[in-house]
Amino acid sequence: MFKYYGKYAPYLFLLPAAIVLVIFFFIPFFQTFLLSFMDYSHNIYKPEFVGFQNYINLFHNPVFYKVLWNTFIYLFIAVPILAIFPLFLAVLINQKIRGVTLYKILIYLPVIVSIVVAAIAFKWLYADQGILNYIVTRFGMKPVGWLTDPDFALYSVIIVTIWKGIGYYMIIYLAALMSVPKELYEACDIDGANFLTKHLTVTIPHIMPTIALVTTISAISAMKVFAEIYVMTKGGPLNSSKTIVYYIYERAFENLDLGFASAMSVILLIIVMIFSLINIFCFEKHKYQI
Amino acid sequence: MKSIKIKNIYTHIILITISLLSIFPFIWLISTSLKGNSENIFAYPPQIIPSDFTWANYSGVWNKVDFIGYFINSMIVAGGTVILNLILSAMAGYPLARMEFKGKKVTFFAVLSTIMIPFQAIMLPVYLITLKLHLVDSINNFMGFMGLIMPFAVNAFGIFLMRQAFLGIPKEMEEAAIVDGCNVWQLFWKVLMPMVKPSLAVLAIFTFIGSWGEFLWPSIVLTKETMYTLPVGVNNLQGMFSSNWRFIAAGSILATIPILIFFLAMQRYFISGENEGAVKG
Repeated sequence: MFKYYGKYAPYLFLLPAAIVLVIFFFIPFFQTFLLSFMDYSHNIYKPEFVGFQNYINLFHNPVFYKVLWNTFIYLFIAVPILAIFPLFLAVLINQKIRGVTLYKILIYLPVIVSIVVAAIAFKWLYADQGILNYIVTRFGMKPVGWLTDPDFALYSVIIVTIWKGIGYYMIIYLAALMSVPKELYEACDIDGANFLTKHLTVTIPHIMPTIALVTTISAISAMKVFAEIYVMTKGGPLNSSKTIVYYIYERAFENLDLGFASAMSVILLIIVMIFSLINIFCFEKHKYQI
Repeated sequence: MKSIKIKNIYTHIILITISLLSIFPFIWLISTSLKGNSENIFAYPPQIIPSDFTWANYSGVWNKVDFIGYFINSMIVAGGTVILNLILSAMAGYPLARMEFKGKKVTFFAVLSTIMIPFQAIMLPVYLITLKLHLVDSINNFMGFMGLIMPFAVNAFGIFLMRQAFLGIPKEMEEAAIVDGCNVWQLFWKVLMPMVKPSLAVLAIFTFIGSWGEFLWPSIVLTKETMYTLPVGVNNLQGMFSSNWRFIAAGSILATIPILIFFLAMQRYFISGENEGAVKG
């Protein structure tokens, strides 16, 4: 093909996006590492270089381990549920039954609604004398401090994240299910296979890449949880529902301890980058045509 | 035949249960928002249908909170973010799809690498840069909006989506346009952009939803209440009406109506599953 554009045209087309990405992605990325070696806690306008001191402080801080542990609990609970349950729903919806569109709309609704509204709605369900405690007492159990008991707060927040994610991952699975060859199911029907064997032998192997994809993207988003915690518990009680991003926010914007918060950010960056690399190179290669 | 029917009944029972669980938190919120002062909102057993039905909580919260203002702010931020994303993603996607130039590979991987950088991990320097550029509402409202928009003006997902769209256009289109006397700028805007409209629509819709729901960034940068977007304003209801759950519920529902209308109007983009790749995780 003949070259119809000038020497500089590609760069001029790329320039506006490049400016934004450099200012708001690349510079901040390197600056995060830089800030993590600085101490802002004495004078915010005159940071001093302290080497690895922020990291040393971080690793001597019991809250850091608490926060890390909470984030991993988030991962271990939310990710398997979000990888499996939406698949089950997608299989159910992917049948010739009535009302499919309505089901899809209703189940997708939590995805669309602002996380702040969702968190407020759940805060109301979780109220001390709220509807959930009514149900609990009806079953003869003691009322639970859903958001005020350190043993429950984190799990109560995780439930909101799961509830809000189900519809999103269900649609991803539905798209994947459409690509499973229909003949295979027909063969199963002829063989008289039941629901379970049909899906274990045909569906699951066919959409394994999608299951892996959903696992990594739900893991990445679980690492980034913030709004649910901010609106519902502020990380409390006793740091029991504090996760990494909330802790960064707190140290940076409430305690103005930018160096410590940046060291924390570097830890977050490293974890998310590992997940992302797995995601990009294993499951999304085709999307970027690497 | 009979066994199929029975199996369908189980399917429906499960799906109806899940659907109800999905919307129940909202239904309970709506129910609370419609209960008058003479009704105990903590009554056991809980009443879904209000016995003292009233719209008073809606008018009450409407008179105390500037929802129209929040709505307009959200529209400006989401609208600005969408327009910039469309233009910048398309402009960057085009050379990556169609042109040969020095540094193409490096550019490609640089863009790809931004996918791995979560905003939450770099928000602190982003905030410092935003302050340095005076993109904050303490300067003036316009700069405040710019501060909300610019960090999200373009991202790798949009660029790759548009690159993919341009890859799908037959090369002959470009050749014909050039032979007809177009320069590359006219070719891009007048010939190619109209051809990638479907991808632009997908990008616009998902960028809009993302921007509309954004909470972390505005709650960091905003200082003036008149600049609040809807999510920040809704969160603020909790502080304003500390234990008045009737007002908090009514306010939350009011703030949800615009996005609900948008979703129902555009639902096929969300639930068809065709645009799975366009959504950010």
